Amino acid sequence: MLKAFYHLLARDLRLAFRSRHELANPLIFFVLVVTLFPLAVSPSAEVLRVMAPGVIWVSALLSVLLSLDRLFKQDYEDGSLDQLMLSPNPLVILVLAKVCAHWLLTGLPLVLVAPLLAMFMYVPDEAIGVLMLSLLLGTPVLSLVGAIGVSLTVAVNRGGVLLSLIILPLYIPILIFGANAVDVASDGMSVRGQMLFLGAVLALALSLAPLATAVALRITASR
Amino acid sequence: MNGSEFSWSEFLHMGGYATFVWSSYGLALVMVVFNIVSPMIERKRVIARVKRAIKREANSRQTS
Amino acid sequence: MFKRIWAWIQKFSSPKHFYRISGKMIPWFAVPAAVLGVYALYMGLFVAPTDYQQGESYRIIFIHVPAAWMSMFIYMVMAVSAGIGLIWQIKLADMIAAASAPIGAWFAFLALVTGSLWGKPMWGAYWVWDARLTSELILLFLYFGYMALQSAIEDQRTADKASGLLAIVGVVNIPIIHYSVEWWNTLHQGATVAKFDKPSMHIDMLIPLLLMAIAAKLFYAAIVLIRARNEVLYRERNRQWVKELVEKL
Repeated sequence: MLKAFYHLLARDLRLAFRSRHELANPLIFFVLVVTLFPLAVSPSAEVLRVMAPGVIWVSALLSVLLSLDRLFKQDYEDGSLDQLMLSPNPLVILVLAKVCAHWLLTGLPLVLVAPLLAMFMYVPDEAIGVLMLSLLLGTPVLSLVGAIGVSLTVAVNRGGVLLSLIILPLYIPILIFGANAVDVASDGMSVRGQMLFLGAVLALALSLAPLATAVALRITASR
Repeated sequence: MNGSEFSWSEFLHMGGYATFVWSSYGLALVMVVFNIVSPMIERKRVIARVKRAIKREANSRQTS
Repeated sequence: MFKRIWAWIQKFSSPKHFYRISGKMIPWFAVPAAVLGVYALYMGLFVAPTDYQQGESYRIIFIHVPAAWMSMFIYMVMAVSAGIGLIWQIKLADMIAAASAPIGAWFAFLALVTGSLWGKPMWGAYWVWDARLTSELILLFLYFGYMALQSAIEDQRTADKASGLLAIVGVVNIPIIHYSVEWWNTLHQGATVAKFDKPSMHIDMLIPLLLMAIAAKLFYAAIVLIRARNEVLYRERNRQWVKELVEKL
């Protein structure tokens, strides 16, 4: 079982690295969206500092959302998803492997590039660690919950907008707590509660979302 | 209405909140009516559709 | 024993049987709903006393609060019947879930609009990011997501199961969303002037409120049956019994 997990994870990573330019796209999108805000609102440090946590978190959320397609779509179209579903390994484990790969390829880079954006948005230095930690706890949830949405819409043509419609409301708690943690940390206060909440949601999503995704795949992707 | 005689104009005035109160109740009424009428129209449409299908089937059976 | 219950459930939940029974049930919900609704309106508009703080504007509560309750109640009904449909493969449960969504969305919409109409005199603005209004807005989005998914998938069975699963995922999420919105709201308390605190509920205010809530539930029951009957006719349109029935209409 573990072997199947690693195998699939390695396969997905290998496939992704084969098309390296595509790999960077969500990351560039993330930086680009954040860059739009100083241009649209004001370049003044006071304004940007207030908006920073929200802007960075919303951008992260959108860039994960746009990258969700590659979680199952291609596998569905070329038939390898059918193969996965026929394999003797539990589908939950395979789903988990795919979500892990997705997070390593999109969530983790977002976490790593976040300090740069924090600098763009004048986030105080002491809050940068919290920003990274909140993204580290939050983005896996985005991938996990997103996987449910993608698996439900995998057979729908042009399901992009539909996917956002069904997934974004479910992202709201993460957005609230993630952005608030950064906000509170900028004021130099403790963010223990927010981090515990994000951790708890991560644990919940980690245990339930792959199950829901597996059920959803059996419903929508079986031909 | 505080104990004095009931007056319709005072009632409709709603203590100055007439716009808000009556548009709320009005919208509720619209919603109720719409939710009653729309499934009834839908029912007619479904029945008409099934009837058409039956007719088509009968026609094709005759011609063949 | 279980076998007999199961057989009974299957018999009752067969679309044909449901169609026959539900036709007789609708008046039993619709008539009390109308009577209670009118009586609650009378109680709410004429009998209930003026609120000493909010004046007459509080009378919106008799629409707003039942609508908000209904929007949550219907989502629960939807998720439970979707779950039943998903686990026991009962087609009727899927139809109830599908028939419920638009009604629930309408109630959520009504709660939002009446909430903002109430907010204007209370807060001086049509929209305030109050915890309850925000949760209600998110609930409306959840309904939209369910309906969008239901209509996006061509195959009826797949659409039912997929949107049913989404409804269940939504139900798991609702407490988390609700809690986080409440928490977010207490942080930014500065934004709200006064909360939608139920005005110190006089018994004469409480009675019309509860009557209205019951009337709304009965109304929902009647409408969901009508809608589910449409679903039955449409989905079973190739069956002999539907054809025979339609020809008589």
